Amino acid sequence: MTDTLEVENLSHTYGSRRALDSVSLTVASGEVFGLLGPNGSGKTTLFKILSTLLRPTSGRVLILGHELATAAKAIRELLGVVFQHPGLDAKLTVRENLQHQGHLYGLAGKPLRHRIAELLERFGVSDRINERVEVLSGGLQRRVEIAKAMLHSPRVLLLDEPSSGLDVSARRQLRDALKTLAETENILVLLTTHLLDEAEACNRIGILDVGSLVALGTPEELKAQIGGDVVYIESTNGEALSPAIVQQFGVSPVLTDSHLRIECERGHEFVKDVVTAFPDEIQAARFGKPTLEDVFIKLTGNRFE
Amino acid sequence: MLTSLLPVSTIWWREIVRFYRQRSRLFSAIAQPLVFWLLIGSGLSASFQPAGASDTDYLAYFYPGTVVLVLLFTAIFATISVVNDRREGFLQGVLVAPVPRWRIVLGQALGGTTLALLQGVLLLGLAPFAGIRLGVTSVLLTVGMMALLAFGLTNLGLLMAWRMDSTQGFHAIMNLLLIPIWLLSGAFFPSAGAPGWLAWPMRLNPLTYGLAALRKCLYFDTASAGSLGPAWTLSVLITSLFCVLTYVGATLTASSQAE
Repeated sequence: MTDTLEVENLSHTYGSRRALDSVSLTVASGEVFGLLGPNGSGKTTLFKILSTLLRPTSGRVLILGHELATAAKAIRELLGVVFQHPGLDAKLTVRENLQHQGHLYGLAGKPLRHRIAELLERFGVSDRINERVEVLSGGLQRRVEIAKAMLHSPRVLLLDEPSSGLDVSARRQLRDALKTLAETENILVLLTTHLLDEAEACNRIGILDVGSLVALGTPEELKAQIGGDVVYIESTNGEALSPAIVQQFGVSPVLTDSHLRIECERGHEFVKDVVTAFPDEIQAARFGKPTLEDVFIKLTGNRFE
Repeated sequence: MLTSLLPVSTIWWREIVRFYRQRSRLFSAIAQPLVFWLLIGSGLSASFQPAGASDTDYLAYFYPGTVVLVLLFTAIFATISVVNDRREGFLQGVLVAPVPRWRIVLGQALGGTTLALLQGVLLLGLAPFAGIRLGVTSVLLTVGMMALLAFGLTNLGLLMAWRMDSTQGFHAIMNLLLIPIWLLSGAFFPSAGAPGWLAWPMRLNPLTYGLAALRKCLYFDTASAGSLGPAWTLSVLITSLFCVLTYVGATLTASSQAE
């Protein structure tokens, strides 16, 4: 059995709108892979296809050696899925939700009870087992969701925007929990996100923009494409300032909204020089190490939002 | 075999638990038909004699129709939970499980059937007030017939619920399709006295046969108004066929609406 999830030339169109355009990527067991993209980038479409809920228009998906088009049932046994919309029944207790899930996967009786206890223990919600889901906080609900998805010991865990609605500390806990799962149990974790810091914490990421995969690699690799520093200049007259900077410094600024974004070596010196050269046109200037947002802007010409 | 029925029973069980925890639903499904029955039944019984049933007063004539209305309401309300499950994301979790769609639909249908049947049985307690004397045989037959009808009606609801994104569309269907079907089933007036243009839709209406069978079950021990409407075998046969067709239809709809 191969330990990978492979996507080959996957395309999907809704009517005449192309939501996914020839996406190819491979994810290995034991890693946390993040699909980063703004709203409308096609990541939810890709997620639906991977979770067997949507048939792609063309292309191929292989999950741990099973062909998605022909072996959906075998794949469903291997998948644990956490959707963006809460998948728990708020009127049922934590235990009842997990029992329902277990029964769907053919688990019952004592093995199921043990498995429920074990997972709730691991995710730190054992003491809430008899409470109705509606009284739990968003963070706790999310943990129960993941416990629910893990109940049948899936080899692949898919999560759609898992941190939506969570506060910063709950997000960090979730991130650590997923890393541990991937590393200790060799589970393949694939999540979608529109949050740069969440993508930053993944082992590898793919960046989607209007249906196309524009980057693939570790966050470090992607940021290294930029090299040096990134300088941001705020100006009320960026359109006029941009060519002037090009002429004087020989760099290539990118104008987004009211910001000029310039990649350069030794950013601290450049900031000083550029502010000295155009004191009246520049309202503010700062520099920093490249972020994934810079990678996104470089690749698409748009700001990430 | 047992594990393959586990998804069916767990989906059924969830419907029951949810219903139990939202008890206002019980009230709303049974109160309206009861009010209808008492007001319309009592009001009309002074003025009208149902055609072809001169020995029955209107309150008694209207009683089986009220039972069917309760079954219809409960079954439809139960299927509204499918629409909500879809919107809230619970159903997605069920759909990615390795469970064939026909088992999911069967669990939902049995859930709705059970709830409708519970209310039908409650209502059966009022039969003596309609002047219907129930014996053991007629109670057993009636309950069986109610179960069959409830199963068909729930599946009819599921057939529609699996296509819908909001519960708003349901109200339109309720008013434009389900209530007319019920009105033209012989629940309200017998086809014997209806003009030709109404008699035909009544003859083609599957609920006409369900209602006729239920009426015969209720009067099994007395055999008075039981003679109304189509024959017993035909009624049971058509109602069973209605169950099979709506169930298959609901399963096909669920399979085609996977996303």
